[in-house]
Amino acid sequence: MGRYILRRLLQLIPVFIGTTFIIYSLVWAIPGNPFAGLCGPRGCPPSFVEQMTEQYNLDKPLPVQYVLYLGQLFQGNFGETFNGIEVSTLIQNAYPVTIKLATIALVFEAVIGIAAGILTALRGKGFVDNLVLAATLFLIAVPVFVSGFVIQVVLGVQLDWINPSVGSDPTIGELLIPGFVLGSLSMAYIARLTRTAMFENKRADYIRTATAKGLTPRRVVSVHMLRNSLIPVITFIGTDFGALMGGAIVTEGVFNIHGIGGLVYQAINKQEGVTVTGVVTLLVLVYLLMNLLVDILYAALDPRIRYD
Amino acid sequence: MSATDDNTGGSPGARLLEVEDLHVEFRTRESTASVLNGVSYHVDAGETLAVLGESGSGKSVTAQAVMGILDTPPGFVTKGSIRYRGEELLTATEERRRGLRGENMAMIFQDALSALNPVYSVGFQIAEQFRFRRGMSRRDAMTKAAEMLDLVKIPNAKQRVKEFPHQFSGGMRQRAMIAMSLALDPDLLIADEPTTALDVTVQAQIMDLLDELRRERGMGLILITHDLGVVAEVADRIAVMYAGRVVEESDAESLYARPAHPYTEGLMASIPRLDQKGEQLASIKGLPPNLAAIPAGCPFHPRCHRAQQECREKLPELHELGAGRRSACHFAEELISSD
Repeated sequence: MGRYILRRLLQLIPVFIGTTFIIYSLVWAIPGNPFAGLCGPRGCPPSFVEQMTEQYNLDKPLPVQYVLYLGQLFQGNFGETFNGIEVSTLIQNAYPVTIKLATIALVFEAVIGIAAGILTALRGKGFVDNLVLAATLFLIAVPVFVSGFVIQVVLGVQLDWINPSVGSDPTIGELLIPGFVLGSLSMAYIARLTRTAMFENKRADYIRTATAKGLTPRRVVSVHMLRNSLIPVITFIGTDFGALMGGAIVTEGVFNIHGIGGLVYQAINKQEGVTVTGVVTLLVLVYLLMNLLVDILYAALDPRIRYD
Repeated sequence: MSATDDNTGGSPGARLLEVEDLHVEFRTRESTASVLNGVSYHVDAGETLAVLGESGSGKSVTAQAVMGILDTPPGFVTKGSIRYRGEELLTATEERRRGLRGENMAMIFQDALSALNPVYSVGFQIAEQFRFRRGMSRRDAMTKAAEMLDLVKIPNAKQRVKEFPHQFSGGMRQRAMIAMSLALDPDLLIADEPTTALDVTVQAQIMDLLDELRRERGMGLILITHDLGVVAEVADRIAVMYAGRVVEESDAESLYARPAHPYTEGLMASIPRLDQKGEQLASIKGLPPNLAAIPAGCPFHPRCHRAQQECREKLPELHELGAGRRSACHFAEELISSD
């Protein structure tokens, strides 16, 4: 297992170089002048453009630019935006918010999704099953920006239960409803995934064996059925958490949350190549590490999987 | 039919299990299949009853009904009686039946790989019973589990107890399954085709092991199989099932000497024999009946070479032929007297 983890970590190096290069070249390949809108309607003075061009190595060929950028990155320097703000500062401000939001979404989707899945699988066909199926179908069908706006208007504006606009440095309480909205789609998937897995395992031979041993129904379900059923669910949750950690552009936008998704979105709009590359590279690394974590967890849950 | 049961057995205290006129239906939205249509058999302590029959004859369903692990729905017991040491099980509470499982009656299954939980160690799955039925500590239960593996002759039991089912070979897995079923020392063991998934040399080892354990512990053993070779060696009595009924019941010796039902005859003729090498294997023509539409009269008549008009009209009762032999064929007497 140790060697497997080491191998996977070493694989991160070429992936890191590959992604940074692709993102870097893509951002600079976006047509248009990055300084076009920077200084208001009159445009930037030529001396400023010249200075910036030199500072950001824009006059050099792309590979050279990239190597220079990478060199800075390895020294722990994410670079500066055109406004002179450190990218690392931006990340430090935005990432805790995203982590909070992602964790809240994850807790909602895992707890409610798994509970609904188990409930429907155990009850069998009937009212609860139909209710959950209809509700999950609804959640899957409605886009997040619709459910987000509706909840914002109803709970935030009409009922005034929540703050419709969260702002910077939000508390956990302020992020509960946005987190729920963000997690709702995956919640529906998790409910269905759990339900299907439980249904499949319900008739499994080893469940019959466990029953034939005279174990209580509670133990048969919670020990023998659940662990097998949760293997695919855990995989999904882990991968989804990796995606959530990449920020949520729509949810952040609706509720005015200053997370990493919004940061990337604005940076792309402003053609802030340094910011985009730095942030996205970080997100890619987080995602890859999450995937590694899922694979390790997978082996821990299913002893048939061994990585050596 | 049932009144004669009492005359055949030994001391009534030794009668472990009696299944009487058991009917089970499988109900689906489209149709209802009569899977069991009046199964009756019994097992005494220390005896091996072999239940023979093709797939779909109801061997396993009867066993599942006895254990109380029938999938409901679709399976429903509609009629009959299952008595364990005289106690009626079909009207017993679910809690009482659960109490009997493992403790008094246990079951081993055909494919030990799928019958064992893949994500828990073999030891965990055996120890579970000691922990939750006997209140033992985790550590003591694991020690007992290793002892059980030792009992079924798994080498290096202390090490292997921590391993997972997929790390065991087929034969070792079935041994572990047997160890698991014997953990709480039941008096009745139901083995549902325990050797079908194994290769021939391992089959013999497992059968020997089962036979030995039965003798040592004085258990009653119900051996469900379609393999007549397996039966010949270990069975005291044999019940042959067809289309959800027992069609012949006999001590092993008499049945092999002279079957009292054409179906048994057909089964025995279909065993490959060395002295008939090169000839076509005998088989019973046709297929077992569709259980949603069992033919009128004797359900075997469409496949029977002795079928008469009577067989198409009248369902033959399982009737006494003397000396503990019973057959559900109109011509059973002729079958055993002629040759």
